[in-house]
Amino acid sequence: MSLIPSDLKYTRSHEWVRIEDNIITVGITEHAQSLLGDLVFVELPEVGEELSENEDASVVESVKAAADVYAPVSGTITEVNEALIEAPELVNQEPYGAGWIFKLEVDDEEGLAKLLDAQAYSNVITSEAH
Amino acid sequence: MPKKTILYQAHLDAGAKMIDFAGWSMPIYYGSQLNEHHAVRKRAGMFDVSHMTIIDLKGLDSQAFLRYLFANDVAKLKQAGRALYTCMLNREGYVLDDLIVYYLGETHYRIVFNAGTHDKVLAYLAEESKAFNIEYCERLEHAILAVQGPEARKLLAETFPENIAEKILNLKPFSAISVENMFIARTGYTGEDGVEMIVPNLEIEMLWHKLLFEKNIPACGLGARDTLRLEAGYNLYGTDMDETVSPLVSNLAWTVAWEPNERVFVGRKALEEEKQNLTQQLVGIKLLDKGVLRNGLAVHTNKGNGVITSGSYSPILECGIALARLPVDCDKAVQVDIRGRLLNALIVDLPFVNKEKK
Repeated sequence: MSLIPSDLKYTRSHEWVRIEDNIITVGITEHAQSLLGDLVFVELPEVGEELSENEDASVVESVKAAADVYAPVSGTITEVNEALIEAPELVNQEPYGAGWIFKLEVDDEEGLAKLLDAQAYSNVITSEAH
Repeated sequence: MPKKTILYQAHLDAGAKMIDFAGWSMPIYYGSQLNEHHAVRKRAGMFDVSHMTIIDLKGLDSQAFLRYLFANDVAKLKQAGRALYTCMLNREGYVLDDLIVYYLGETHYRIVFNAGTHDKVLAYLAEESKAFNIEYCERLEHAILAVQGPEARKLLAETFPENIAEKILNLKPFSAISVENMFIARTGYTGEDGVEMIVPNLEIEMLWHKLLFEKNIPACGLGARDTLRLEAGYNLYGTDMDETVSPLVSNLAWTVAWEPNERVFVGRKALEEEKQNLTQQLVGIKLLDKGVLRNGLAVHTNKGNGVITSGSYSPILECGIALARLPVDCDKAVQVDIRGRLLNALIVDLPFVNKEKK
């Protein structure tokens, strides 16, 4: 069973979201990294980039496949995890910690209400497995 | 339901993530694909490749039939156990499959070919062999285990009594021996030393566990197999060549035996015509910018566009690498279109990685 911390929010496209006031930190879940396998490249967004909800923000690439990471809500990129340029494997090793991908200043706080809690995300994974 | 090899449960026990591959449920990796890749380059790793097809072919016309069927010439094989890599072509000169054929005696050959072409090739053999005095059968009761890496043969030999160990250590490249119920060939698909072994289903699990637990040879999946073969510059049937291209535009011209001139083989006439006017080539390209190359990406050259046939990431070189079909005589500096951005790449000699370059 995948690790799904209960203090985070989630999307159906396997991003996790940590909410601190109007700044969110985004990464991909333990489940997503295990499906992708060893990551070898992360394409980060630009600081200052404005994104709308569900727009492509970043691309994570494993040996096996490339996957888009989407902006969970609309907003502006305030910080990106530059450590991933040299060490993309941090996403595999610590998906909820050192493997975070970007921070975003939220435009639309109502969008946050649509995010899934840990239980709802766990149900998404279970339903995909069948 | 996908088919399962005899080692299916052993894969699950080793923590494999299974995928469907050519109608088979096969391990893609067990933990880290990169670790599996490095294990093979540094020491040894093993792969269950039992999904591949084994055919034994016998009869008075065996040699004549295979000289007609294959683009390479089995008449080159004169010693028992010697192996030859070849393509099998259709009449247009396009590739029906690539395979290894072993010479086992005057009238006895063994052929090992891809899982994905199983039904097609068997139907083709049935049709083409009608005029020849041969018979053949599929060796379903056997598993195939590839043990690959600089220390693979030494570690494998340690698990056998001395007389057999010696034979494994003395095995010449591209040759095979039969010991007890096993057929051990010094061949592989990783660019490393090692063997591919055909073992009765009843005995494979014991060997697997011995190698895994006593010799600490890690199980490796199709993921590592793919990055290893790509670094070694080996083609994969179905992506780098198929029934729409010839060996001449697939970096496999070296496998076509033109001599002797009078040998008639399927596809020869078409190849002779194509040879007069080749417009494409399959080459290795290395990404200079950061990123990963993928199958199907467009490659821009000064002579027009080409396409990546197998793209991935080289764990040894730590950059994107690919095989690409490009216009002939184009400049070595090329660009790859990745998500709308043109990244710089370079045509390089194959293999990307060999025993000296790592």
